[in-house]
Amino acid sequence: MGEHHGPEKGIKRWLLATNHKDIGTMYLWFSFAMFLIGGAFAMIIRAELFQPGMQLVEPDFFNQMTTLHGLVMVFGAIMPSFVGLANWMIPMMIGAPDMALPRMNNLSFWLLPFAFAVLLSSLFMEGGAPNFGWTFYAPLSTTYGPPSTTFFIFGVHIMGASSIMGSINIIATVMNLRAPGMTYMKMPLFVWTWVITAFLLIAVMPVLAGAVTMMLMDIHFGTSFFSAAGGGDPVLFQHIFWFFGHPEVYIIILPAFGVVSEIIPTFARKPLFGYASMVYATASIAFLSFIVWAHHMYTTGMPLAGELYFMYATMLIAVPTGVKVFNWVATMYDGALTFETPMLFCLGFLFLFTMGGFTGLMLSIAPADFQYHDTYFVVAHFHYVMVAGAIFSMTAAVYYWLPKWCGRMYNETLGKAQFWISFIGFNLTFFPQHFVGLAGMPRRIPDYALQFADFNMMSSIGAFIYGGSQLFFLYNVIATIRSGEKVSDDKVWEGANGLEWTVPTPAPFHTFSTPPEVK
Amino acid sequence: MYLSVDRLKKFTFRPALMLFVLFSTGAIADPSQRWQLNMSPGVTELGQKIYDLHMAVTIICCVIALFVFIPLTIIIVKHRKSTGKQAATWHENLFFELSWTIIPFFILGFMAYPSTMTLIEAYDTSDSDIDILVTGYQWKWKYEYLGKDGKNFSFMSNLSTPRDVIYGDPTERENYLLEVDEPLLIPVNQKTRFLVTAADVIHAWWVPDLAVKKDATPGYINEAYTIPTKTGTYRGQCAELCGKDHGFMPIVVKVVEQAEFDAWVEEKSKAVDLSPKTFDELMALGKDLYATNCAACHGVNGEGIAGAFPGLKGSPIAVGDMTGHLDIVVNGKPGTAMAAYGSQLDALKLAAIITYERNAWGNNAGDSVQATDVLNYMNGGAK
Ligand SMILES: [Cu+2]
Repeated sequence: MGEHHGPEKGIKRWLLATNHKDIGTMYLWFSFAMFLIGGAFAMIIRAELFQPGMQLVEPDFFNQMTTLHGLVMVFGAIMPSFVGLANWMIPMMIGAPDMALPRMNNLSFWLLPFAFAVLLSSLFMEGGAPNFGWTFYAPLSTTYGPPSTTFFIFGVHIMGASSIMGSINIIATVMNLRAPGMTYMKMPLFVWTWVITAFLLIAVMPVLAGAVTMMLMDIHFGTSFFSAAGGGDPVLFQHIFWFFGHPEVYIIILPAFGVVSEIIPTFARKPLFGYASMVYATASIAFLSFIVWAHHMYTTGMPLAGELYFMYATMLIAVPTGVKVFNWVATMYDGALTFETPMLFCLGFLFLFTMGGFTGLMLSIAPADFQYHDTYFVVAHFHYVMVAGAIFSMTAAVYYWLPKWCGRMYNETLGKAQFWISFIGFNLTFFPQHFVGLAGMPRRIPDYALQFADFNMMSSIGAFIYGGSQLFFLYNVIATIRSGEKVSDDKVWEGANGLEWTVPTPAPFHTFSTPPEVK
Repeated sequence: MYLSVDRLKKFTFRPALMLFVLFSTGAIADPSQRWQLNMSPGVTELGQKIYDLHMAVTIICCVIALFVFIPLTIIIVKHRKSTGKQAATWHENLFFELSWTIIPFFILGFMAYPSTMTLIEAYDTSDSDIDILVTGYQWKWKYEYLGKDGKNFSFMSNLSTPRDVIYGDPTERENYLLEVDEPLLIPVNQKTRFLVTAADVIHAWWVPDLAVKKDATPGYINEAYTIPTKTGTYRGQCAELCGKDHGFMPIVVKVVEQAEFDAWVEEKSKAVDLSPKTFDELMALGKDLYATNCAACHGVNGEGIAGAFPGLKGSPIAVGDMTGHLDIVVNGKPGTAMAAYGSQLDALKLAAIITYERNAWGNNAGDSVQATDVLNYMNGGAK
């Protein structure tokens, strides 16, 4: 290492960062900050819904909260957190010295704070922040949108550019910088899921950019893409949005699959059951994600043939998803299991994500969806997939790799406590939402009929518990970095496998300056 | 073949119930609806089929869940390192991999057949007895009866829960947020077809017990139908986010006997009352109509909402020239949330609202307008 320079000193280290670990760290902290902001919005939502009647906020502000909660969590918290993880781990997993395009890496990170400053500044504008839901259906978001919609559009463009650059970088890195002997079918599953995710992002972010650009034209330049009065089509907006939006769901969940596929074998001390079938299942899910978008639109009055096609195609997703779940279970079978915090979060993921999968299968049944659509049943479903899927696995990832990143061990008792509080809080929040949804409570309403009162109060209490457990997490991470017990073992975990565990702990500023040999 | 709802309703969550006695503010909601856990089959055959389908898929999912979670639990308990277990090193097994790929296709096929049949049935809107045009507005519904005998009438249906209940104590209000000033009536055992559209943004017309949920999209006319088999009052809500008061545009449908329905159609088809009204009559009528039609945006006291909706108190339109006031109420203001009320309310109601706005909250235009004046204006004549 002697000939290599260390990091710059002070603020320049971060502003001018080109080191994949520094950029990964910034992504992770940024996404955690966004996670807390998006979480605060959720707390406002749940506080208003604690009791029937309007107590805390006005309906329009409530809509701003649901909109920003969704946008900030999807684009600000979950996506950047996995990009941060990719930055840190992909070069170390494939034996590369850094990302292939370090300067673009710097740009794709530094666009994000500006994108979110633009988006969140709309809260302080006259007429308020965007209030049309994270799906921003036209014409509510065009003709009837608040003046800040233009800022929202600009923000989405910037984050889209950031995502596309991040994806190009990941693909370039994996294609060009693998260590000798690291063939594609030897790559860790996390790398595989990210490559597939990156291709999805490059395919669909431009579609999103197209949608918001058409909105911009409708708002400011007199076009009528989505205005029926001018010959446009509001349903066209939904087709375009969900052509982006459905793959987006898999953009969020595929890297989570990758994380879980790394962690479970470590704590089962047994190799992943079916590596090849996991790769193929990931690729099939990615392919299917492009051809099922209109299952979000069963009630738009699509023709019967279209409705049937989208129903059958959507049901098929259950097959590769099932393959994954069975693979994880089979990996644990005949292993020697231990239950450190990362493993607990992965098991939580496995239970809860599977439940989200079941409700997903229910939602795919078009005639039944006529009753489920736009109710709290859907809200429960996608939080089981997004929170228990993405956030639980991300938390597992942080606990799993944190000792390698900072050379110190987190507090296991606190970690386990955080898991159980999160697990209970999460289920208390979202399980009752299945019931109110089936009983007829629409989503995105600031106030509700009295028969939904009890379950909503339960949900709100659960949400406060779940929200509070994240502060635990923050404390545990900071305490680990500052004063955690030093880890001397390069491997950290007894059952760990992979190149990232062959570098010293903590991982030095530069790793694999000479590529390792993979047998 | 299907599980009875009543039995499921009786299944209440005891420990949770005890916990929430601590928080509950008293007697809220009908106890039979409280703690409702499941979808209701409603009062139509289609709704029953959808419910059966829902239950079948739920049960299949539960069975698969047992197949996953029981082995998982056993593994977690038995294959711990702390029991002295040594990890095996094997991986991959063609038999298992093939079976968990192929068997799901059969399960899916088994679900797809009844789903397809039910979907086809839900799409069959032909041969209706009654046609109703449903139009979503921000934030109310308009119902137009399209009689086969040429009878035709329409009316708006607004939330009738008062604002002070919403912002005060809703716990004693029966049908809180699920009540309207004027419900839609349809006859029992007849096929009513709904032609669903919207005037501004996308809404969705949803009455769970009638098994109808259809998006109301501007520029589209979607079709749905119901054949209710039981008389009664059925309540629903807008199901697509449509702006500020999306949560406050309920739907109430009364299913009645044919004779009652016919009498209602007869009564509603009568011409609008155009006889002159006194200033006080107009003001009294206008006050109520303002509260249900205008107050959501312009405020109960005409103060508006800063930055979003203009106030009317002392506004140049409300105390200025009458023609200007008529114009904005009748024709609306394109590109804003101000709708054209000329197509929503009858002439008497418009006259009452305009008179009220000109003379309430310290506005002192001092003049009033009659239903005939509004009709003249709408027909192109000046006042
Ligand atoms: Cu609506």
